[in-house]
Amino acid sequence: MHKVVDKGFEALAKLSAFFVLIVLAAIFWVLFKEAEPAIETFGLEFLTNQKWAPNLEIFGGAPAIFGSIVSTFLAMIIATPIAIGIAIFLTEIAFEKLKTPIGTAIEMLAAIPSIIYGMWGLFYFAPLMREWFGGNGLGLLTAAIVLSIMILPFMAAITRDSMNTTPHILKESAYALGATKWDVIKDVVIPYAKAGIIGSIILALGRAIGETMAVTFVMGNVHRIPKELTDPATSIPVTLANEFTEADSDLYYSSLFYLALILFVISFIVIAIAKFYFLKKSRSAK
Amino acid sequence: MVKRVALTAIATATFTLSLQAERISGAGASFPAPLYYDWAYDYHKATGKEVNYQSIGSGGGIKQVGSRIVDFGASDKPLKPKKLDKKRLYQFPAVIGSIVVVYNIPGIGDAELRLENKDIADIFMGKIRYWDDKAIAQDNPHLKLPHEKITVIHRSDGSGTTFNFSYFLSNVSEDWRNEIGVGKALSWPTGIGAKGNEGISNLLKQTPYSIGYVEYAYKKRNSFSAATIQTKNGKWVKPAEENFIAAAKYASWDPNKHFYQILALQPGDNSYPIVAATFILLPREKNETNKKVTAFFDWAFKNGDESAQRLGYIPLPQSTKDMIRAYWKKHNIDPSN
Repeated sequence: MHKVVDKGFEALAKLSAFFVLIVLAAIFWVLFKEAEPAIETFGLEFLTNQKWAPNLEIFGGAPAIFGSIVSTFLAMIIATPIAIGIAIFLTEIAFEKLKTPIGTAIEMLAAIPSIIYGMWGLFYFAPLMREWFGGNGLGLLTAAIVLSIMILPFMAAITRDSMNTTPHILKESAYALGATKWDVIKDVVIPYAKAGIIGSIILALGRAIGETMAVTFVMGNVHRIPKELTDPATSIPVTLANEFTEADSDLYYSSLFYLALILFVISFIVIAIAKFYFLKKSRSAK
Repeated sequence: MVKRVALTAIATATFTLSLQAERISGAGASFPAPLYYDWAYDYHKATGKEVNYQSIGSGGGIKQVGSRIVDFGASDKPLKPKKLDKKRLYQFPAVIGSIVVVYNIPGIGDAELRLENKDIADIFMGKIRYWDDKAIAQDNPHLKLPHEKITVIHRSDGSGTTFNFSYFLSNVSEDWRNEIGVGKALSWPTGIGAKGNEGISNLLKQTPYSIGYVEYAYKKRNSFSAATIQTKNGKWVKPAEENFIAAAKYASWDPNKHFYQILALQPGDNSYPIVAATFILLPREKNETNKKVTAFFDWAFKNGDESAQRLGYIPLPQSTKDMIRAYWKKHNIDPSN
C-alpha cells in the first residue's frame, strides 16, 4: 500500500515538474508558428530594420528591440545601487524601531500593481520630467525611471532578506578584529549575500523587460530609435499592447508574433546568462 | 416551500432562456461605441431586447465577424466590395462622425487658429516645427503665436480615426501621400503616440503647445480648442456641427458597392473636410440573426438621432436611411420580413 502511494506521489511530482517544460515548449511553438510568415518574409533583417509602417506592410523590429533592452538596462543601473543601499541601511545601520516600518513600506510598494505606476508616471512624473530635462516628458528616460521605481522595492526586499542571513558570528568576528562598519558591509555582508543580490537582480530584470502597462503610459509609443534619452521610444511589450487588437493584415499580425518571439528569446537568454554565469561564479567563490 | 423555490428557479431559467434568444452581440470600432451603448440601452428599455456590443477596435470587429463569433461587426474603415464578397459580408453605414484637429496653445481659443490643409500635413510630418512658423503666421495675422516647439500627438494603436485622417492628409499633400500614405497605423515621422481617443485627449491636456486629432465627440466632452481648416476648395470652415452636416449631405452612397465610400473632402462651401462614416458588417448566410440586427438599427435610425447628436455624432440623412432599408429588403434581411 505504502509503495503505491509512494509511486503515485512520485508520478504526480514528476508530472508537475514536466508540466512547466510542456508549457514552455507550447508557448514557444505557438509563437514560432504564428511568427512564421513574418520570419519567412523578413528573415533576420527584421532585427535591424528601423522602419515600422503597417500601412505599407513594412515591418522592422529594431526600434522596439532597442527600446526594450535600453529601458531595462537603464532601469537596472538606477535601481540596483539604490536597492542595495536600502538593504544595507535596513540590515546594518537602522535602529530596530525604524526597521519594521520601512521594511513594511517597501513590501507594500512591491505590491502596487504596475498600472498605478504608469498612471502616476503619466499624470505626475511626466510633467516634472518635461521641466527638468526638456523634451515632452514622455520617452526612454521617463520609462526607465518609472521602471526602476517599480522594481526597486522588490529588489530591496529580497536583498535585505539575503543580507539578514549573514551569521552574526561572522560579523562580530570581523568587528573583533578591528573592522569598521564599512569594512564589515563590504567584506562580510555583501560577499555573503551575493547570491541573493544577484537572484534579486535576475528576478527584477525579468519583470522589467516584460513590463507593459507602466511603460505604455510613459514611453511615448513611437517606432523610432531615439537620438536622445528624453526622446519617445517604444518597446516590444508596448508595441504588442498598442497594436495587437487592430492588426488586421496577416503579415502585421505575424510580425507582432515575431516581436513576441524575440522578447521570449531575449528574456530567456538574459536569465540563462545571469543564472549560469553569475550564480555559478558567486557560488564557486564562496 | 421547496416546491415554490424550484418553480421560481424554473421560471427564471426559462425567462433567461427566452431573453437569450433575443440577444444579439456585436464587436468592433471604438469610435461609435458610446453611441451604440446608448442606443442599446434605450432599445432594451423600449423593446426588452438586448444588444451586447464590445468595443475592441475595427480590426478586431472585422476579424470576429469574419470568423462568425459575433452577430455583427463594426468598422470605421469601410471594406471594399471585393473583400466583402470574399468574407461573405454585408455592409452599411450606421452614423457619421468627424475628426477635428485639436491644439493646446495657452491663450488661443476654440476655432481661432486657422490652419491650411497642407500645413496640417507639414505639421504632422515634422516639417513645420514651431508655432510661429511663417506658414502658420500668415493665415493668423490677428493671433500672437508663441515661438514654441510643436508637440505632435498621434495614435499609437491602429485606428479608423487615423485611417480617415491620413486619407484626408494624403489628398491635400503630395509629400504625405508619397512618404507616409494612408492607413490605420502609420510610420509617424514625429511626435508621441497615445492609445485611443482618450489617450490623445489626456496627453493633449497636459502637454502645452501640442497638437493632435480626435473624434469630435472627444473634443466636445473635453472642451478642447479645434482648428479652423479648409474645405476642398480652400475656403475656411469652422469645426462646427452645421458644417459636418453640410458635408454629410454630399455623400453619394451606392448600395451596389455595399456603401463603400470615404467621406473626406466633399464639395460645397461649408463642407467640413474630415467627416467619416462608421460601418456595420453582417455575415451573409445568417438571415435570422441579421434580421434581429437590422431591427435594432432600424429602431435606432427612427429613434436614435437625438442621442447621436447629444454625443457629438451626425445622424445619417433621411435619404441615406431609406437607401439602407432598401438594401436590407433587396438582400432579404429587413426586419419586417
